[in-house]
Amino acid sequence: MKSLNKFLKDILKGSKPAIARAITIVENDSDYTLLKKLFRSSGKAYYVGITGPPGAGKSTLVNAIAKLLLKKKKRIGIIAVDPTSPFSGGALLGDRVRMTDLALNKNVFIRSMASRGSLGGLAQKTKDVALVLDAAGMDYILIETIGVGQVELDIAQVCDTTAVVGAVPGWSYPIIKTIATTGDGVDQVVVRIEEHRRYLTRSGKLESARKERLFSRINELIEERIRADLHKRLTTQPGLKKIIDDIYNRRRNPFDVAEKILRNSGFVF
Amino acid sequence: MDKKIRVLVAKPGLDGHDRGAKVVAAALRDAGMEVIYTGLHQSPEAIVEAAIQEDVDVIGLSILSGAHMTIFPKVLELLKKKRAQRIIVVGGGIIPADDMKKLEKKGVKKLFGPGTPTTEIIKWLKENVKTGKKRVKVQKKRRRK
Repeated sequence: MKSLNKFLKDILKGSKPAIARAITIVENDSDYTLLKKLFRSSGKAYYVGITGPPGAGKSTLVNAIAKLLLKKKKRIGIIAVDPTSPFSGGALLGDRVRMTDLALNKNVFIRSMASRGSLGGLAQKTKDVALVLDAAGMDYILIETIGVGQVELDIAQVCDTTAVVGAVPGWSYPIIKTIATTGDGVDQVVVRIEEHRRYLTRSGKLESARKERLFSRINELIEERIRADLHKRLTTQPGLKKIIDDIYNRRRNPFDVAEKILRNSGFVF
Repeated sequence: MDKKIRVLVAKPGLDGHDRGAKVVAAALRDAGMEVIYTGLHQSPEAIVEAAIQEDVDVIGLSILSGAHMTIFPKVLELLKKKRAQRIIVVGGGIIPADDMKKLEKKGVKKLFGPGTPTTEIIKWLKENVKTGKKRVKVQKKRRRK
């Protein structure tokens, strides 16, 4: 027990190797022992999400924001999430390339994360990793994820403020002015859609993207059924408002509450 | 969930030839590893700091500038100083056979010369990298005491 206490102390005082190890544990373990302990010390950091399509400049913006916050004497935790390939399970995490000038700053901690099982671009475990950084005394936590369209909602759910970064108009992201009610420009939209389709077909990207979607579909179907049941159990939980107030005030932690509901549901974990 | 092998791929020093490093990084990803690529012109200090924050199992350095006899020992020394010797160091690039031997004696775990098939690198890593799984388990056990 002594070693856990020492480990916790190291995390709370912001030791980088300890934070790094804690994140690895949180990322790989389904055991919440560590998070339960850290939860008490969390809740002070402000969470900012940066999302947008690939190549839009998210990492560059995160880097610039971090530099400005450093001038204000803030401590910053950065979580850069990149997608896991659904086939190989591997990931290429390249966001550090745009953040090299922060690499040695003692008030910055950068962690690259692969989205792993999560489909929304935001790793399921991101929240837990953010909690570690929060407890470790970061003033700001910047979470960078790929998101296009609906997926931004996923990150907005975790962050206090979310910024969506748009790409510079160019060949890959054509911008076409249209007025749908009068039909102006709609022909151009159709031309571009057909062009894009030909490109995807020729490059083989259409087939691979569709296969990935089918894989995701199976996963969704499984998750949907379980999620609906558990959601109902949570929303009908007696005294839910009080429970959330208690968690907000750090008198209870969300992990224990979740475990209790799971145990009662018959889903044994 | 399985603990993935995490690898930091870095290009230290002044040389700007990163094609090889990128090919290797993509191959390791396709083999199921999580690869953190840090880009060009990295100092040994920045590489070691990134490796610690990312809690990687392996650092892979690509050096084609001839500075291998300076950079590899410096990275090993910093890892030792930061008590992060559990992170193993491998590398590739234009490194003469004599130097390879010297560096492996100094503690570089494996060097891959030009023309090495990526499959060979993957095989070596899978056989020789102990992922953090063991470490994490140890941590858990200790916690339960």
